[in-house]
Amino acid sequence: MALNRTDVEKIAHLARLQIDENDVPEYAKNLSNILDLISQMQDIDTSDVEPLAHPLDAVQRLRADIITEQNQREHLQQAAPAVENGLFLVPKVIE
Amino acid sequence: MEWETVIGLEIHAQLATTTKIFSGASTAYGAEPNTQACAVDLALPGTLPVFNENALRMAVMFGTAIDAEIGKVSVFDRKNYFYPDLPKGYQTSQLFYPIVGEGHIDIELEDGSTKRIGVTRAHLEEDAGKSLHEEFASMTGIDLNRAGTPLLEIVSEPDMRSAEEAVAYVKKIHSLVTNLGICDGNMAEGSFRCDCNVSVRYKGEALGNRTETKNINSFRFIEKAIKGEVARQIDILEDGGRITQETRLYDADKDETRSMRSKEEANDYRYFPCPDLLPIVIDDEYIDAIRKTLPELPDTRRARFINTYQLSSYDAGVLSAYKPLSDFFETVATTSADAKLSANWVMGELSKHLNQHDTDIKDSPVSAEQLGGLLQRIKDNTVSGNIAKKVFEAMWKEGGSADEIIEAKGLKQVTDTGAIEKIVDEVIANNQKQVDQYVAAEPDKRGKMIGFFMGQVMKVSGGKANPGQVQGMMKQKLDALCP
Repeated sequence: MALNRTDVEKIAHLARLQIDENDVPEYAKNLSNILDLISQMQDIDTSDVEPLAHPLDAVQRLRADIITEQNQREHLQQAAPAVENGLFLVPKVIE
Repeated sequence: MEWETVIGLEIHAQLATTTKIFSGASTAYGAEPNTQACAVDLALPGTLPVFNENALRMAVMFGTAIDAEIGKVSVFDRKNYFYPDLPKGYQTSQLFYPIVGEGHIDIELEDGSTKRIGVTRAHLEEDAGKSLHEEFASMTGIDLNRAGTPLLEIVSEPDMRSAEEAVAYVKKIHSLVTNLGICDGNMAEGSFRCDCNVSVRYKGEALGNRTETKNINSFRFIEKAIKGEVARQIDILEDGGRITQETRLYDADKDETRSMRSKEEANDYRYFPCPDLLPIVIDDEYIDAIRKTLPELPDTRRARFINTYQLSSYDAGVLSAYKPLSDFFETVATTSADAKLSANWVMGELSKHLNQHDTDIKDSPVSAEQLGGLLQRIKDNTVSGNIAKKVFEAMWKEGGSADEIIEAKGLKQVTDTGAIEKIVDEVIANNQKQVDQYVAAEPDKRGKMIGFFMGQVMKVSGGKANPGQVQGMMKQKLDALCP
């Protein structure tokens, strides 16, 4: 399956990646190769194979519903570029 | 051709856990901004989620309560999108293997019939934080206290055909999750929210394009938003237009929906299994153990109220929907030994006061025992129904038992025949004109005319004369004057 320029630009936009326009053909080629490999794998009959959700052969551990995290706002907000009244500030989001 | 409305609903119920779905931070509502957002909730590099066992238990409770298939292996997936109140850049959700599979609930329609509504699935996911757009001129404030609060998203089949059915379904799910104790159901605080998928079509034809109206937070708004959206779609289609598939927002002030964003590219979530979380595996033993802990569910209780107390289907429905109300009613019924009278008072005078004062039944200033005591006094003719309302009013404002209030205010009903006769005679003597009209009237019209004389007696006696006795005596005396 061959991806074109528009596909690559859309994927980059969805991932919020800025890419050099000159690199687009190269990305298109590499990503298309990956999709070709997947398409080869999809030709294999897997009807008697159980779906794999995770490569580790283990199940999820559960946590007791008890508060273990106390308020560390001051500490955690030290790394934030802008805070006010306890809120993180980000550039205006317009819906 | 006749239009048909098709509605499917997605309900987000915040699970009543103490901590977040993947971290040990508190989920309590109303804390100072970002004081309940730990490193995991903030998605700081290197943090990993650990799943809350209580969120799992609550989801399975819901599944067993709607007769659904429970996913013995369920998997968390990442739903990818960028928004500042979602620090990870993806929402951890369940797409391919949800914890709760296909189930159903029955709703009661206005004509008394029952309709089964399919539940497609219910899955676990995390809530996002809150964006505050108004407070700052050029910036948006982010509060991540809500980020990571466990949600159960309950997805219905497009089985509903009117706004009324949709509201009945939402109320039923609301009643179920609050009865199970897995959600506090507080719609004003956003603990229970609803997205409405609405489309219209000519009856019998293929489904039309649908719109999704998001985050409606009251039963009344759900009904209004759906009705408004249906009318808008029919208008467009009848003018030869097309419905655009889009997300809309309900504006309660204007009572209309408006477009929020077009879904042209927003809707590419690129789901994939979350590598940070392993599959959740549960067995029959786990599910059966939870099934055994289920409390009495509203449907069962409704049937019991009809059988045990001979309540009407409507009364039983209202009284069984909300557990604290059900418990209150049962205590009143036991104390007063009259279920029908108890139902009338709980749904009438008590509910009226609760609504007027915007008070939950749990915080009612009049206890079930107090109300039960008052109803005893109606039953043994100490007070009439009307006087009882005055006693109730005093109870609501000042507290105290029915007996104390009746005694202190001298509201005991007059049943002494001699005393009543005296008042009856006085009323007849003072209203000669009405007596003449009564005597002159056709005998079959006289029954209605008694009302005037009853009213006069009640006025003179301060409402305390026993109405049954007055009625009998008044009729006898007036009829004796007729030729």
